[in-house]
Amino acid sequence: MNRTDVTPFWKALDWWVVGLYVLLCVVGCLSIYGASFDFEHPGFFDLDQRSGKQFVWFILALVIGVFLLMMDSNTYYNWSFILYAGIILILLLTLVVATDVKGSRSWLNMGFVSIQPAELAKFSTALALSRLMSSYNFQLRQTKSVLMIGSLILLPMLIIVLQKETGSALVFAAFILMLFREGMPGVLLFLLVCLVAYFVLSIRFGEDLLFQTTSLGPMLVLLLIFIILCGMLITYRKDYALVKGLVFIQLPIFVVALLVNALGWFAFDVNDVLVTMLILTVLFLLFKALVLRMMPYFYLSLFVLFSIAFLYSTDYAFDKILEPHHRVRIQVLLGMKDDPSGAGYNVNQSKIAIGSGGLFGKGFLNGTQTKLKYVPEQDTDFIFCTVGEEQGLMGSAFVLGLYLALFLRLIYLAERQRNPFARIYGYCVVSILFFHVFVNIGMVLGLMPVIGIPLPFLSYGGSSLWSFTILLFIFLRLDADRTQYR
Amino acid sequence: MQQNFDSMRKKNILMFLIIGVFVLYLIRLMSLQLFNDQYRVYADSNAFYQRTVYPSRGLMYDRNGSLLVYNQPAYDVLVTMREVEDLDTVDFCQTVGIRRDVFDQQMSAVKNRRLNPGYSSYTPQVFLSQLSSETYGVLQEKLFRYKGFSVRSRTLRSYMQPIAAHALGYVAEVNQKDIERDPYYVPGDYSGRSGVELTYESVLRGEKGVEVLLRDAHGRVKGRYDEGKRDQPAVPGHDLTLSLDMELQAYAELLMQNKRGAIVAIEPQTGELLAYVSAPTYDPGLLVGRNRANNFRTLERSPHKIFLNRPIQSNYPPGSTFKPAQALVLLQEGIIRPETQVSCQMGYYYAPGHKVGCHAHASPLPLAPAIATSCNAYFCHGYRTMMDHSKYGSIHVAMDKWRDYMVGMGFGYPLGIDIPFEKRGLIPNSQYYNKWYGEKGWRGATIISNAIGQGEVLATPLQIANFCSTIANRGWFITPHLVKQIEGVELNSAYKRRNQTGVDAAYFEPIIEGMHGAVLNGTARGVQIPGIEICGKTGTAQNSAGEDHSIFMCFAPKENPKIALLVFIENGGYGATWAVPMASLLLEKYLNRRVEDTRLWMEQRLLNANLIELESY
Ligand SMILES: [Zn+2]
Repeated sequence: MNRTDVTPFWKALDWWVVGLYVLLCVVGCLSIYGASFDFEHPGFFDLDQRSGKQFVWFILALVIGVFLLMMDSNTYYNWSFILYAGIILILLLTLVVATDVKGSRSWLNMGFVSIQPAELAKFSTALALSRLMSSYNFQLRQTKSVLMIGSLILLPMLIIVLQKETGSALVFAAFILMLFREGMPGVLLFLLVCLVAYFVLSIRFGEDLLFQTTSLGPMLVLLLIFIILCGMLITYRKDYALVKGLVFIQLPIFVVALLVNALGWFAFDVNDVLVTMLILTVLFLLFKALVLRMMPYFYLSLFVLFSIAFLYSTDYAFDKILEPHHRVRIQVLLGMKDDPSGAGYNVNQSKIAIGSGGLFGKGFLNGTQTKLKYVPEQDTDFIFCTVGEEQGLMGSAFVLGLYLALFLRLIYLAERQRNPFARIYGYCVVSILFFHVFVNIGMVLGLMPVIGIPLPFLSYGGSSLWSFTILLFIFLRLDADRTQYR
Repeated sequence: MQQNFDSMRKKNILMFLIIGVFVLYLIRLMSLQLFNDQYRVYADSNAFYQRTVYPSRGLMYDRNGSLLVYNQPAYDVLVTMREVEDLDTVDFCQTVGIRRDVFDQQMSAVKNRRLNPGYSSYTPQVFLSQLSSETYGVLQEKLFRYKGFSVRSRTLRSYMQPIAAHALGYVAEVNQKDIERDPYYVPGDYSGRSGVELTYESVLRGEKGVEVLLRDAHGRVKGRYDEGKRDQPAVPGHDLTLSLDMELQAYAELLMQNKRGAIVAIEPQTGELLAYVSAPTYDPGLLVGRNRANNFRTLERSPHKIFLNRPIQSNYPPGSTFKPAQALVLLQEGIIRPETQVSCQMGYYYAPGHKVGCHAHASPLPLAPAIATSCNAYFCHGYRTMMDHSKYGSIHVAMDKWRDYMVGMGFGYPLGIDIPFEKRGLIPNSQYYNKWYGEKGWRGATIISNAIGQGEVLATPLQIANFCSTIANRGWFITPHLVKQIEGVELNSAYKRRNQTGVDAAYFEPIIEGMHGAVLNGTARGVQIPGIEICGKTGTAQNSAGEDHSIFMCFAPKENPKIALLVFIENGGYGATWAVPMASLLLEKYLNRRVEDTRLWMEQRLLNANLIELESY
């Protein structure tokens, strides 16, 4: 590569993304000023105030951004694995030396500043994944590739879980979006949706009993499995005869089983009947697969078996693996528990804050919910409340619009890369940022369980702002150099 | 190409996924922010602390404009637990004048959520209430040393003179019933509990104001909202001008010392009460402040029924003071004429061997002298004639006719004075006797005692006074009332309207002549004041339990009367003994504004009289 061909970065830089980035950061500073506004100390640039500090961190983030843009874009490709390994080491080190802060061992005290290595793991993992997947002759569908991708993602995730930062660990699930774009079969994404549906249904209705014998949650999941199976048989095999047969045989049995229980002739768990019927169906499908040598039937039977296995491990996972406060948060979200002063308090106050904003909001610095500390974590995880309360629907929609514009622009940029490394990395950036926004705003709006992850560029905190900046600006650097490749 | 096409499809799926999420969130935002008002209400009730600003209660003046009832600041000591720091407890206790164990007791009472349900360690809580101004003065100087303690001022009723307790009534902390009845009140508020304070509560109390303050999640006040633009100032209560004449009232209460009874003085033209005494009385200041509960209990336990509002709550047979009313009905009905003479031989025989006794006087007499001498026979004869008169067809019609006249003259029902809990007295009707004797079982003779204000007839002292005022007006009265004027508010129209009695004015002249005669040379001679023409009528309410009650009603001057007065002394015996001289002094006091030195012996005699002890045998 010829050095003299390198365009100065400011000429090839995508100023749209930079503009959106700066706008979001400014909105962030103002919102933090609003959120932590104290009637007795009204100074914006007061460095003792959170808004003042955030402003300093924003300036430093810009410096970091410029620095990243001035680097040779090849550096990122070349150093990606070393960086990944280094960050993994730091993560492990943190696990050992970090002191306990509110139950989490994720902060590394560097004397003048504390940083959270988990934040840095996001972009280093993204770089390593991109490097791996862009390597010559890489085939996503090979078992070896799947294992390598899995390890790259799961390793930092595991360490971060051990640091008790479950929220940050969840972020690594976002890479599924990138993998989907890069050729992961869509069925897997569908399967993921199914799993979430199974989980929600079985937990939400798990405590509702029919005729004192049958739990409603598993029953709904089993019925759903059956419906999906029939749907797939029709979609992929056009096997109407089989579907008709399954429905005509199993539906009457199911109805009779329900009636027998309902009339009190004989009490047994209807779900056992359903499971038995599904297993018999699976056996039939396997038989068909072996005799007719049709792999789809094999996959379908695997899907059903996997679904049943997942269903019966859900309860176990929910009761034994999740921590009690996570369990309560999920139950509150699913409307199973009403707990306005406990786990539901945050979300309740957050909804009040946003709901009271109305169309135009209460005006800058006039929010009472956020200003008077009714919303907890109001300048970090719940920063969007301040926007909702003080700027109303107009302001919130504006911020949502900024994010949407950023994501669509990033997808456009990623797609225009000729170098797969840059493209994959671009999708990693979109995936991570989108996951944060999706979960954070979903939580603030009461649509998601309370998972403590920051809202990119808006939430207070140097660590997260810098890590998002690094994530984004590396991609901007790669994009600025897109013409240099091949 | 296939690869490329697949990528494009997946890119689009991702974009739609992202756009889908944003659309979902936007819809959620709209449902929260536009289609649900509830959240704004929640947010406001979260954040706005509406601190009540108490209005000052309306003042009361007497008819001549001198201040009678006002407000004095009292101070509550408040404590904010969170802020208490390095307290010198011994010094503090000394300053506010409490013992150390009381201090500890109060502190734990404040923190006890059962006793103090609104407790928060961040907001001021009442620690001691109603500190005196003197204690407050000392505390004020040292307050900076007691971190966490503050003082809130409230106002308490104060009285220029310890008089008119039964007319003014008192104020007390609201109870659960008041709060349920009227949303204006919250626990800890004060409201009128009796007397004028109760009747005029709604104008006296004013309107509470609100200061909108911001409160954080801990309940700590963080400042005023919107620079106080949403505050509502308190509207002070309306001042009242009472109809009472403070000097007359005070003098009447002085004369009534050591006696039980009532004095009611009315200005006939207006129905305004010039004096309103229930004896024994008490200092209204006793029912204010920290010792209120103790004083209240002591007064309540008194054997003299101090809280009985005698002018409106005691029912007695009006005795001879009822005779003028009787005469008026008979005249209006044409049963007698002023010239009608009735003979009296020491009484009236209504059946062989049965008579209503009378005393020695000339006989026969026409109406005016009959009133002057209070001849029982005259009125018994008239009453019986009316009851048994054929023109009515039956005694029932006659009886009810008679009752209607009496009600028209203000007897038998509460008059509607602006003091609560007024009793009605009793004027029986035909049904009443039908129940006792059966429809055919009674005749005029059966109920003959009514003729002379005994039997079943009962009246409150106020009703008798009002009747006297009606005579003075020659046929009408205005409902007696204590409040002459409300600052900025129209007075109840009932206190301006003339109530006609249904008896022609002309018929009042012989009555007035008779009452004038009673003063000149009849039973009420003792009331005479040189230079003033007085009309009066004595009476005696029989009391089976002890000495009779003495009653005297009078008005003066005879032409253009300025005052109608009733003096009612329980166990006062014959009217002339105590009631008549007392009335004389009061008339003189009111009309001449002073009592002649030559009459001070009367005053002295009355002051020395202790009729409460007499009763104790
Ligand atoms: Zn006689």
